[in-house]
Formats: sequence, C-alpha cells, structure tokens
Amino acid sequence: MYTEKVMDHFANPRNVGEIKGASGIGQVGNARCGDIMKVFLKIENNIIEDAKFQTFGCGAAVATSSIATELIIGKTIEDALKVTNKVVTEELDGLPPAKLHCSVLAEEALHAALWDYAEKNNITIAGLKKATECSHGCHEH
Amino acid sequence: MNKIYFDNAATTRIREEVLREMVTNLADVYGNPSSVYKTGREARALLDKARVQVANILRADASEIFFTGSGTEADNWAIRGIAKSYKDKGNHIITSNIEHHAVLHTCEYLEKNGYEVTYLPVNSDGIVEIEDLKKAIRPETILITIMFANNEIGTIQPITEIGKVAKENGIIFHTDAVQAVGADEIDVNAMNIDLLALSAHKLHGPKGVGALYVRKGVKLEPFIHGGKQEAGKRAGTENVAGIAALGHAVELLQNEMQEKNEKVLNLRNMIIDELLEKIPYSRLNGSREHRLPGNINISFEFIEGESMLLLLDMKGIAASSGSACTSGSLDPSHVLLALGLSHEIAHGSLRISIGMYNTEEEAKILITELEAIVKRLREMSPLWNDFINKQ
Repeated sequence: MYTEKVMDHFANPRNVGEIKGASGIGQVGNARCGDIMKVFLKIENNIIEDAKFQTFGCGAAVATSSIATELIIGKTIEDALKVTNKVVTEELDGLPPAKLHCSVLAEEALHAALWDYAEKNNITIAGLKKATECSHGCHEH
Repeated sequence: MNKIYFDNAATTRIREEVLREMVTNLADVYGNPSSVYKTGREARALLDKARVQVANILRADASEIFFTGSGTEADNWAIRGIAKSYKDKGNHIITSNIEHHAVLHTCEYLEKNGYEVTYLPVNSDGIVEIEDLKKAIRPETILITIMFANNEIGTIQPITEIGKVAKENGIIFHTDAVQAVGADEIDVNAMNIDLLALSAHKLHGPKGVGALYVRKGVKLEPFIHGGKQEAGKRAGTENVAGIAALGHAVELLQNEMQEKNEKVLNLRNMIIDELLEKIPYSRLNGSREHRLPGNINISFEFIEGESMLLLLDMKGIAASSGSACTSGSLDPSHVLLALGLSHEIAHGSLRISIGMYNTEEEAKILITELEAIVKRLREMSPLWNDFINKQ
C-alpha cells in the first residue's frame, strides 16, 4: 500500500532527533488522531541550516516528516514555505488516500516551527499563518 | 528472512492434509449434490459427513447445521433472520459493544429498519456483566447476540450464564463463535445456545466457508432464495470441497484440541510475561484469566501500532494492531475504546495471535525484535521524549 519511497523514508528516516537551542519549534497533531509531529529548525541569515523531527504516528507520518525535513534543509524561509503537502506527497511518489492527512501534518509542523521562529524574533513571514492543533481534519473522515 | 505468522485470529494456514483432500474432492467429486447419479451422491455424502463433523464439535445434531459462505454470512443470517421471524413478538435486540462488525453493523442496519438495539458495555477486563444484561431485557426483547470470544482481545464471555438468562426469559440466544471453536469447549445444549456462527479459515480450513448452528424448533427465515439446498434456507449449489474441508479441519482439531490449546497457552504466557517484564510502560488489554489460549493484545505507550507492524513485517513477522492507521479509519479499535483505554494507548496496541504451528523459537524471535522496535519508535516519539524530559 505504500510506495518504495515511503518505505525507504520510514525504514531509514532522515533527521530524527532534536536541535538543542533551536531557532523555532513546532508541534502539531494530537495523540487522539494518532499522529503527532514535532519539528525543530536552526535558522541563520534566513536560511534553514538544519531541521530535525520527532514523530508519533504511522508509517506515512514518519516518512512525510523525514522527507519534509530533507526538502527544507539549505532553503531560504520563502522557499521552505513552498514545500507544501502536495510537494511532500509527490516527492514520496504518492500516499494512500487514507494517509493524505499525514502530508498536511508535515506542512503544518513546518509552518508551526517557522511561526515560533517569527514570534521569537519579532518578525513577520509573508504568507505564514498560525497553525491550530489538529487542523488537518483528522476527525472529518 | 523469517516467515513468522502471529496473526492467527485474522486467518490461519490451511492444514496440509485438509488442502490435499480438498484438491482431490474438487477434481474428483465434481457432481452436484442435488443430482441422483453416483458422482452427485458422492458429493452429497461429503456434505452429510461434514455436517456430522461440525455438529460433533458443538455437541449438536447434524440436522441443526447449515453451511454458509463465511462466518459473517452466518452472523448476518442469524440476526436478520431472527429479527424477521420473531417480529410479531417484539423488536428489541441486545448485543455488546465489543462485537465483530459482522454483528455490530447488522444490528445497526436493523436499527434503521424499525428495530431497537441495546449495546451492552463491558467492564475494564472486556467482559459483559450479567447484571447489565438482565437490566436490558424488555418484554419485546427477541434476541440476545453476544460473542463467545472477542477477536481483538480474546476475552471469553460468560456464555453459560448468558444462555441461562436467555432461556429463563424465553429469548433466543445467538453467539458469534468464530474465534472460539476449537479454542474452547462448546456445548450448545448445556450452554443454551440457540444459534452459533463459525468459520472454516480460522480453524486451519479454507476461506469462503462458514456454518450456522440453528437449534431445532427455532424459526429462521431463509437467507438466500432459490433451490432446495440447506433445507431450502440457503440456496445455491454447495461449495462441496470447501464444506468437506471445514468438516475435516474441525474433526482434526477436535481430536487434538487439548494438546494444541496447552501448547498455544504456554507460548502465550511466555510471550506476555516476557514482554511485560522487558518493555516498560506496556499493558495487557483484556482479562488474562478469561481469555482465548492464543490471544495477546498488548499496548506499548508512546508509540503507534502501524509503525510497529511495518517494522515487524521487515523482520518477517506478521501481527495486527487496533491502531486507527491500520483500519483505514482514523479512530482506533472500538473494542479497545470500550475497555476504557485512551485513544493514545489504543493506537499503540498490538495483537499477537498464536496458532498451532507457532514454535517457542518463533516466540523468542518475536520478543527480541519487538523489544528493539518499541525502543526505536519511542526514541523517535515526541510523547516519549516529553515524558523522559519530565522525569
């Protein structure tokens, strides 16, 4: 049911862990939904120097966390915002329909971490909205 | 690569001798059991034999056994059939909230069609309380349908007591015994069971065959209309080779039931004890005492079930989980929630169901691999890291 790419990122997740003294931290989802994603960012001069994640969730949740962090490292904040759920899903060669919400979670975790960074540094990031907990609609199914 | 199968509650491997006989029957006994000539009579004889074999394991009479296409069909037929046949007497049905979907969804269907259903809760051990059952009975109650043993947590319900209450109140009692046949002693008369559903593929028989026991004297509407098969109640040319295989599998199981269940029980206890000892923040779901010999349902806090299954699969081990992610829905198992478990604990559940082909060596591999998998997933989990940091 999962693509080879999803299984690769699930079996060998990139960037698992935390960043001490991170520039921004974002956590989305809740245990009720069965998925929680926490993203740590190290940002210098508007560039995402490093990204790490911790995830509680299914294979798709782990794989989307892994690929999302991989895609944003080295990017400017503006370019990182272009890593949407659609991009994450495409990079994984697709997700089963029931798992698409996991890709939304990855995007939201990234946005939440950037929001935290913006708040800490008293800046606004164009096009960034505050994420609400579990706004990916896990109970709409 | 290992090939270790610990999902015997989902389905079981067909026995070699049952498979061989089934293939032979498919090839050689191709006659229609309704035909008068020799190959037809041979097919009829296979059905007759299987009916006796299935009746024996239930202590029933062969005339009370009706073959179906699955356990689910048997449950559907029993519940819908009784609802229809006893409509004049009442429209109330009592069931439990841990039933298999074959029963739950059938009851929900009847609710949409003018029937009222009471879903009894279970206690934290996963057992229906007899007092709750007694309180739920109304003058218009026509059917009690409560499973013999649960498919997820393996808890065995107080069937004898339920049967007694049903009989005292003149209510028909159906039980979904798909998980229980061959794993526990069943006597439909001593237990006052009026209808009972079973399935071949849970007993090392083939998929696509089930049976419904219907006590003599109980009125039951035909389920499929057509020819005269199954006493005119379930039409369609019989799955002769499959039915014969069901009978064969049941007979073999009955002969070695005690020995098999002891072996399975020993493996179960070893796995439960070692997992609970080696993996902190783990718990067994459902009563340990009133439990099928082959069922383990255990929750590991801070991690999610599907991830566990995928990592086990990479090690060649097959098991199952009550996590939402494995069901295609986003809610975890209704059975685990009925026990009062939080969503989080339910998402982290693992069902290990042991069968007669499992060995001690396989159990040891499972324990070792699982210990490493839980550790790995916890290290990745924000819930675990938050918990550790607070310590």
